[in-house]
This record gives sequence, C-alpha cells and structure tokens, in this order.
Amino acid sequence: MNHTTKLSAPGPLRERGGVANAAPIRSRARKRRRPSSPQWAAWGFLAPVICYLVLFYAYPLYRNLDLSLRDYTVRSFVQGDAPFTGLANYRTVFEDPAFAPALAHTVVFTAVCLVFQFAIGLALAVFFNQNFRLSATLRALFLVPWLLPLIVSASTWSWMLNSDSGIVNAVLQAVGIGPVNWLTSPSWSLTSVIIANIWIGVPFNLVVLYSGLQSIPASLYEAAALDGANAWQRFWRITFPLLRPVSAITLLLGLVYTLKVFDIIWIMTKGGPAGSSTTFATWSYQLGFGNLLPAFGPGAAVGNLLVVAALVFGLVYVRVQRKQDAS
Amino acid sequence: MTTAATLLATPSRPHRRRTTWWKTAVGLALTAVMLFPVYWMLNVSFTPGQDMRKSPPDLFPAHATLAGYRAVLDEQLPYLGTSLLIALGTVVLTVALAAPAGYALAKLRPRGGGVLSFVLLAAQMIPGIIMAMGFYAICLQLGLLQSVPGLIVADSTLAVPFAVLIFTAFMSGIPGELLQAARTDGAGPLRTFWSIVLPMSRNAVVTVSLFAFLWSWSDFVFASTLVNGGAHEPITLGIYHYIGNNNQEWNAIMATAVVASLPAAVILVLAQRYVAAGVTAGAVKD
Repeated sequence: MNHTTKLSAPGPLRERGGVANAAPIRSRARKRRRPSSPQWAAWGFLAPVICYLVLFYAYPLYRNLDLSLRDYTVRSFVQGDAPFTGLANYRTVFEDPAFAPALAHTVVFTAVCLVFQFAIGLALAVFFNQNFRLSATLRALFLVPWLLPLIVSASTWSWMLNSDSGIVNAVLQAVGIGPVNWLTSPSWSLTSVIIANIWIGVPFNLVVLYSGLQSIPASLYEAAALDGANAWQRFWRITFPLLRPVSAITLLLGLVYTLKVFDIIWIMTKGGPAGSSTTFATWSYQLGFGNLLPAFGPGAAVGNLLVVAALVFGLVYVRVQRKQDAS
Repeated sequence: MTTAATLLATPSRPHRRRTTWWKTAVGLALTAVMLFPVYWMLNVSFTPGQDMRKSPPDLFPAHATLAGYRAVLDEQLPYLGTSLLIALGTVVLTVALAAPAGYALAKLRPRGGGVLSFVLLAAQMIPGIIMAMGFYAICLQLGLLQSVPGLIVADSTLAVPFAVLIFTAFMSGIPGELLQAARTDGAGPLRTFWSIVLPMSRNAVVTVSLFAFLWSWSDFVFASTLVNGGAHEPITLGIYHYIGNNNQEWNAIMATAVVASLPAAVILVLAQRYVAAGVTAGAVKD
C-alpha cells in the first residue's frame, strides 16, 4: 500500500486527472512483477463465463453471420453444406418490397414508443418525487406492467383491443366513436402494438428517471423557490438540465430495447395484417421460422442489420456513460 | 431512533402536509389507469363463457366463475411445471457463472477486465431473436432441440451479462481490508470467495436470482424457436397455443395469464427493493 502513495505523490498537482489515472496503473504494474498467481486466480474465476460467452454468444452470432452469407435450405441447414453466396441474401432483403415498409415501421415504432415512454415516465417521476402519502407504494405498483411476462401483457391487450368484445371499443362506443378494428385493420395495427409497448416501457423510464431526480439536491429547489421561480420554471431551469445525463442514458437504453421488441408485436398481430405492423425483428422471425418453407439466409440477414443498429446505439451509450463517469 | 426513522422516511424534499391529500388522490387515479389492463385480465378470468361476448362487457365479474381456473388446473399444469424447472435451472446456472466472474472483475484486477466488461455490456444489446436463430442452429446440431437443458442455457443468456455486471458493482463495495485480512490468514482466492465474498453478496445473489427467474419464466422467443411443439413447453407457449388455436374461452386464457403472472406478483410484494435496485443498476451507475 505504501509504494502507491509514494508513486503518485511526485506527479504535478495541476494534472490531477492524469495522475489519478496513472497512479493505479503504475502500482498495478509493480504488483504484477511479484508472483503472478493473482492473475491466474482472476482468469480461473473468469474462465467459465468466458467459455460461456464464446460458446453461447460469439458462436450463435457467428452462425447467424454464416447463415446470412450462404444459400440455406432446410436440407442443407441440417447437413451444413450450403453454398457460399456472399451478400446475395442481403441483396434479396434490400430488394424485397417488404423492406421499405418494415424499415418505416421499425423507425416509427421505435421513435413513437421512445418519445411517449420517456415523456410519461418523466412526468410520473416528477409527480412521484413529491413524497405524498402512499407515493412509495403506488410507485411500486407502477412496476407491475414491466414485471409481467410479455405474453401476458400481449394477450391481455389483444383481448382489450378486440374489435367486437373488447373493452376499448365498448368505451369508445359509449362516447360515440365507431368501433375501431385495432388489430385487424392495416391502418391501426401498428398503433395498437405501439400503445401496448408504451404501457410496458413506462415503468422502466419512471424508475430510472425517479432515481435521477432523487440525486438533485433539494436545496436548489428551495433557493429557486425563494427567488420566486414557479413550478414550471423550476422544472425547466433545474430539473430538466440536471436530469440530462440520466435522460440520455435512459433514452439510449430505451432505444436499444425498443429496437429488439419482438414478443409483443408477434403475439398481438404477427406483424400483420398484410405486414402493416412488421418491424425488422418480426420480419426476421417471419422469414426464419414463420413460414412453411423457412428462408434462414434472408432471415439471418435482416437479423444482422438489427444487430448492427443495436450495436451502433450501444456504442453511443457506452461512450455517453464513460463521459459521464469521467466528469 | 425515532429521529433517524423520520429522517429516513422523509428525504430531501420540503414537505407540506396540507397539500398532499390531493396528490395522493391523483396518484391513486394514475395507478388505477396504469393497472387497468391487469384488472381487466382478472375480471375476464372470472367471467363466465356466455358473458364473454356481451356488449358492453361487464366491468365487474358479477357472476364470477372459476371455470377458467379449472381449465388451468386441467390443461396447464405440465406447462407450469416445465416453466418452474427451467426458471430454477436458469437461476442456478446464472449465479454459478456470474458470481465468480463478478468477484474476479471486482477484486482480482485481471488484465483485460475492462474489455470483458465492455463485451458484457454489448452482449445485452443483441436482439433475442438473433440469439434464438443461432441457438436453433446449435441445438439442431447437438440434438438439444425440444429439450429442457437447451432451453435453460438459451434462457440464461438473457441474464448472465446483466448478472456479471451486478455482481461486479456489488462486490466492488466489499472493503479490500477484509480480503487482505483473509489473505494474511492464509486463505486462497477460492476460500476467500466462498467464505467471505459470497456470503457478503447475499443481496446481489437475491437480485440476480430474481431477475434470472423472472426473465426465463417470461421468455417467449427462445421457447417458441427451441421447444415449440415438443414435450417440454413452458407456460408462455401454453398461453400462446391457447390464443393461436382461435380459442374463444378467454376466461381460461386470462386465468392462465393470471397464474403465469403470479411469480411477478410475489416478487413485487416480497422483494420490491431488489427489483428497483436491479432496474436502476442496469442503467445508471451512482
């Protein structure tokens, strides 16, 4: 322990960040020259998880890439001798008339879900941050939609949105609006799955944003109140700017999660009718497993596009978080 | 004691008791709106078959029937058993893999640990549907399609990266002096891990187990690709087949949904603080 302090002491005081970074590295380097058994132990403890990652993450991803670059049929899928076709599967996917609608649905689904989940989650977080009676209990109850199995949420929403016997149409009829074919009309199916997915995503946004609000010091609000700022000004001048880091993280994670939403859409509409609620995730599944004659290659190609999108935003997320940790 | 308790109960915000009753009322109303689908699921699960197509539907199960739940007992028990088996298997596998890795990353400073943490973070971003396709190919080769072990391994991929990150974050908080003392007393890394680190990480084990259980219990993607139509289908597929068969007995479907939601309800009641901790730990570091 002693040599650590000695090493870091001579560093110029002005570059505090630099010293703080350099010191542990140097002291670690010193430790390493001693018997290296800690390294062996560390890797011993990590070995199972690394084997696991290679076998069950890297290999499926590799298989998926391989699938997308070969011309697979059911026969060659089992025998494993499909001819290499390069980017032919990707070309098939891009030229498919279903590509543009699926892309548009994916973008609309993700963007609309994200905006509403975040806005509702933030409003609720601000509201629940006011510590009234029962606030903790009610906040806990808000977690329910997030904890329910997706098949449960999806089937419940399916029945609520049922054209003839659903409660939603019954309520609409009571206020004089004609029945809407939520799940069976191509112009409404995407809206329906968006509504259900917003409902599922609100709790996550609420919990994360609430924890962000908790870390804003109350004294700021008191000072602003003393200066005569009203609630609206306090929200825009204090809450909103100070919540920006947490908001960025929440939105990016939400983006990655929403991009891969599959269960809800598949269970409620199977991407239909007529592809009107098909996103990349359901399209990929449809191609690979949804038809009598599976098109593994194109299915994997669509999936890989999704992986690339998720990883791009994932990298942005990591960078944002690193930057926040550093500051 | 009392002052400490009051301090804990009323954090940070200035408190004006006279204005809070209407906030409670608004809060109750908002919660009611949010939980309406859950109420509706319960309501429909008790509705008799002949009232199912009534217009407008009954807002309250006035003629409540248990027919739906009887159908669950008759038809869904094997599915529930499979789900339980798979979820427990996933929990064991996840903790066994992730706890040692978390210990190494938090306390043993392996070279390349940062890269591994990054890989774990990235692994969480891969869409489940992609993993499912890859797993289908693997299970086909290994003859693990329609099998419980295959599904347990697949489901564990939902939880393992998250679990390692949780364990790492938690174990970083264990004081180094404690481990140093153990080393001075002659305990090797294995002994230290087993007798000191693991018992002290009880909360992390609980959080990880809860989420691993819940995620694998709720899994639909892997189930529908890997064990669909086989002898070992979990409850999510049970419900899915119910809907898919164009079944009109929605009370039975919703009753199954209620039963499938029970683990979530139990977890929320018994372990709420672990849940909130888990949700935020994944997103925000403090």
